[in-house]
Amino acid sequence: MACDWPNRWSHLQKILERSGPYAHPDFEAGQEMLPFIKDNIKVLVIGAGGLGCELLKDLGLMGFMNIDVIDMDTIDLSNLNRQFLFRKQDVGKTKADVAAAFINKRIPGCKVTPHFAKIQDFGEEFYRGFHIVVCGLDSIIARRWINGMLVSLLRYNDDQTLDQSSVIPMVDGGTEGFKGNARVIFPGMTACIECTLELYPPQVNFPMCTIAHTPRLPEHCIEYVKVLLWPQEKPFGDDVGIDGDDPSHIKWIYQKSIARADDYSIPGVTYRLTQGVIKRIIPAVASTNAIIAAACATEVLKIASSCCQQLNNYVNFNDTEGIYTYTFEAEKKDNCSSCSQVPQQLRFSEDDKLQDVVEYLQESAAYQLRAPGIVTMVNGKNKTLYMSTVKSIEEATKDNLKKTLSELGLLNGQRIHVADSTTPNSLLFHLQLASSMEKE
Amino acid sequence: MIKLFSLKGQQKDGAANSKSGMGPKKASAAQLRITKDINELNLPKTCLTEFPDPDDLLTFKLIICPDEGFYKGGRFTFSFKVGQGYPHEPPKVKCDTMVYHPNIDLEGNVCLNILREDWKPVLTISSIVYGLQFLFLEPNPEDPLNKDAAEVLQNNRRLFEQNVAKAMRGGYVGTTYFERCLK
Repeated sequence: MACDWPNRWSHLQKILERSGPYAHPDFEAGQEMLPFIKDNIKVLVIGAGGLGCELLKDLGLMGFMNIDVIDMDTIDLSNLNRQFLFRKQDVGKTKADVAAAFINKRIPGCKVTPHFAKIQDFGEEFYRGFHIVVCGLDSIIARRWINGMLVSLLRYNDDQTLDQSSVIPMVDGGTEGFKGNARVIFPGMTACIECTLELYPPQVNFPMCTIAHTPRLPEHCIEYVKVLLWPQEKPFGDDVGIDGDDPSHIKWIYQKSIARADDYSIPGVTYRLTQGVIKRIIPAVASTNAIIAAACATEVLKIASSCCQQLNNYVNFNDTEGIYTYTFEAEKKDNCSSCSQVPQQLRFSEDDKLQDVVEYLQESAAYQLRAPGIVTMVNGKNKTLYMSTVKSIEEATKDNLKKTLSELGLLNGQRIHVADSTTPNSLLFHLQLASSMEKE
Repeated sequence: MIKLFSLKGQQKDGAANSKSGMGPKKASAAQLRITKDINELNLPKTCLTEFPDPDDLLTFKLIICPDEGFYKGGRFTFSFKVGQGYPHEPPKVKCDTMVYHPNIDLEGNVCLNILREDWKPVLTISSIVYGLQFLFLEPNPEDPLNKDAAEVLQNNRRLFEQNVAKAMRGGYVGTTYFERCLK
């Protein structure tokens, strides 16, 4: 490549062009490996914040030349202490664009494509275009979404075994102050985000009665204003919710919180604390981000090249006191609502009625469902096709039973989710619709 | 594990570069879980749910008509809003009916531990329904949200009973007017 200079990649070549005692048994050392990583592998980085900046730098310098980055945020002054791809004049610009431009300029040959968007703005076609997805997110909802997306891209062979070429590995990093974790997920093969949802610590919520009547901490006073006063006084109008990024909102909450704290002689309410409680800010530590991002980027290289055993599959890191790390294998859950679902085929004709589907699910020996609740998505919106167990929904959906599948707007390949008391998680079906002409 | 290098001689073309890919939307994890919860709601005969839009299982109302205790004969409506964080985060629950109750304030905020500090992802909508139902059978003056009601309950059960009856019939308790909410 034109932009390469002598020994530019020698550090990588040492790893990729010769085997070693710790190499993965499947590792095929050789000279094709480096060009494969540089030219073929497409990596998606989700998030261009604390972890994202580190990840882009690490991956770019590691030889990954084809990277896309998605971030929905713009740069805030408070980001600059650790999100080192951004400068003061960048405040207000989009993180994805500035980060991509910086890397593209700084690392010759590296092509980062920015997307100033939400992950939800893209569909299956987009995500299918990547070999590996790396996440540096601060949101559990976003993690669950991308996890669900990668699981939905899985294809299964006729004998219900997983088609491995449809697996897009996901490397997920997360940090909180001095603590962090990194994990590797092979959707459909190893534990996914939903398998281990209960590992996430619950949000700290104070009991309502404490907030209302027995506050002891400055946080209680701020929560009081947030939960009780705001909806009551509606300081910025009827339908205006709290916007943590709006200084006038924070200022109002701060002043009311001070008054509340004075009534109970509680010291310690500050503007910063108010902002922290409202936005649920967790202090970010630059070195933790660097460590976790490095662990993630290393896993990306290991997955891409098989040069070394991959992390199996979850590592915790904590340097609050000393340094502590622990690696363990998070287990795949048999009844995971996301990744345990091997989609089953349901073959019907366009003229068949929903009633026929319900009866089939109840009567076929393979399912024997008792009271299936059936939902799907039509035109991007949830649709409850039928649910018998809740009276008001039964009444609102029973007319659907008499409609044909095409009248209900169902298409060939439609995904249908069926919940039933006989199964621990809902079942996923792919509807195979024959048009009436093709019917045998 | 999988071998990307040997597996992916296949190219990943085009798609990643095109912004087109909206594709079919898929149900969110929260949506799937709530479908399961709702389909398996086994309500006691004192409870009833109403879904204003059957396609939106994340927004609904629960109506409780206690058949024993202080609140026997009343009819209390709660609105549930389930967010995309469910079941990592609990649903938001408000009481739409104005009620004289130590654990429910006059704005409809409810003090039930599993709605806030003790919520866990293994809990379901059913757990909350039973929790709310329990609040009507055993109002708890220890953790008050309506302090006046709690004090009365603690000091004079007879007066508390009268106040509850008065409020449910529609009328003033102290300076607060309660709308009639008898069945």
